[in-house]
Amino acid sequence: MNGWARFALRRLAGTAAVVLLLSIGVFGLLYLAPGSVQQTLLGTRPATPATIAAIQARYHLNDPVAVQYLRWLGGVLRGDLGTSIRTGAAVSGMLGERLPLTLALTGYGTLLAALAGIPLGVLGALRRGRATDRLVVTAGVVGLSAPPFAVGLLLLVVFALGLGWFPVYGTGEGLADQVWHLTLPAAALAVGAVGLLVRFTRAALVRELEQDYVVFARARGLRAPLVLRYALRNSLVPVLTAAGLIVTGTLAGTVLVEVTFALPGLGSLLVDSVTFKDVPVVQALALLLTLLVAAVNLLVDVGYSLVDPRVRLGGAA
Amino acid sequence: MRRISFGVALALAVLVAVGVAAAFAPWLVPDATAQDLMTGITGPGPGHPLGTDDLGRDVLQLLVAGARTAVPGALAVAAGSMLIGNLAGLAAGYHGGWVDALAMRWADLMFSLPALLVAIVVAGVLGGGYGLAIAVLVVLFAPGDTRVVRGAVLEQRHRPYVEAALLKNLSSWRIMTRHIWPNIAPVSLASAFLNFAYALVSLSSLSFLGLGVPAGSPDWGRTLADNRTQLLANPWAVIAPGLAVIATAAALNVVGDWLHERVERRGRAH
Repeated sequence: MNGWARFALRRLAGTAAVVLLLSIGVFGLLYLAPGSVQQTLLGTRPATPATIAAIQARYHLNDPVAVQYLRWLGGVLRGDLGTSIRTGAAVSGMLGERLPLTLALTGYGTLLAALAGIPLGVLGALRRGRATDRLVVTAGVVGLSAPPFAVGLLLLVVFALGLGWFPVYGTGEGLADQVWHLTLPAAALAVGAVGLLVRFTRAALVRELEQDYVVFARARGLRAPLVLRYALRNSLVPVLTAAGLIVTGTLAGTVLVEVTFALPGLGSLLVDSVTFKDVPVVQALALLLTLLVAAVNLLVDVGYSLVDPRVRLGGAA
Repeated sequence: MRRISFGVALALAVLVAVGVAAAFAPWLVPDATAQDLMTGITGPGPGHPLGTDDLGRDVLQLLVAGARTAVPGALAVAAGSMLIGNLAGLAAGYHGGWVDALAMRWADLMFSLPALLVAIVVAGVLGGGYGLAIAVLVVLFAPGDTRVVRGAVLEQRHRPYVEAALLKNLSSWRIMTRHIWPNIAPVSLASAFLNFAYALVSLSSLSFLGLGVPAGSPDWGRTLADNRTQLLANPWAVIAPGLAVIATAAALNVVGDWLHERVERRGRAH
């Protein structure tokens, strides 16, 4: 266990270093925005001596940049993400308000993707080379290529306008109604992840079914479902590597889907804030994103090493 | 001549059609962006096979003109990341040591970032628009090419022909570019096709969000965004550009996968 603990600790330290490095970039967004920092932070408010003094006091703009960064980081660590330029509200409150919808959307989308992608990949591998397999592979490639906003609008045209099965816009009231309202957005979000899962699951299972132990088990006369269970368990290890890709894809997809379906989540907040140059909100969202991506990559690495001990034995890389 | 599958043939046909539209759009549809506000948004009818959008522009003509907006940007991303990826990958794979370690750590870092989101944040905050978005995507795509090229170089590094070139005392630059590179070019090209597809989707996504091409440009993502509130009046104004993005990206992916498989099969035959 000592070796594994050391492996996990080293990965944790690496992740912390990356997050720290990226947080400098996130802070730097304030300085990247065109015009002076003071102007950016003032936004559309009039530049009176009083407002300028308030900005100076709030952000300590006369301090060296490094000190400003440390102050900002200290605030973030205490949960103070600053105030929105657009609304004047605390950024942390804005994020808290919109987080549940984004979590529900991504959770629902990931569930749909897993329910569709893994069985389709297994089906393709079992019917390898036949018409079913070719259909599954083609569907996977199309899913992988299709941008969520285009898929979302096509789903709207077909299932909301054409067939009238789902509502066009809105988030709904009550649990069942909300699920019903979120189904099309979640499906649009899931399509890319389905493509990835089909590809990874199929490739992994095809490789596994060619292994000697499968041939041997079949020769011994083991029942097909039992053989599949052995092969499936081993093939799910490489599928785990797809998890990181799926999460980053889903995060980007959420932004597009929320805008497409006019849902008030974190993704549409990011687009609104970016368009308005509401830098404190953009910084908070970018930081949240950095933490999420880093945490997922860490979990995938550590989870992988738990499932497959060879990774940490040769784990110098 | 090896037989190619129906799917690959179809994908190549789609790419040729998009390529022709992109190359000849100014002559095929000279007034694609001509507005006719009196007509406004209408469904398919005589003179307008796919109807018009909310500014009275013909949807079919916009679709053709959209290829000219979609292709060059995505091509620039694919070519730029291929160039950087080849230089960095050759250097990392050939020299090894700290060059390799540095390049790989850089690739790990960039690879874990969601490219589209970084492009949204950076291009949005800087307000640089399309050109900046392309630059951001090049920086974030290059690590993928670097890894692919490095892997291929490591495979070639100890082949007899490289050792022969070393014995002839040729410069490392010459060995890398003249001797090793021709052997890894197909791998790199297959990877570039996949980048092309991803760049096309990313750039049209940015345009959809209003962060890519300027307003009024005939762009697939932009047309979708402009007409999504008019679904009832003319759904084709949304369906056509949506299908165009999906079909083009899927065709690029199919051709990329096909090239990849061919390279692998040839590698095994050696």
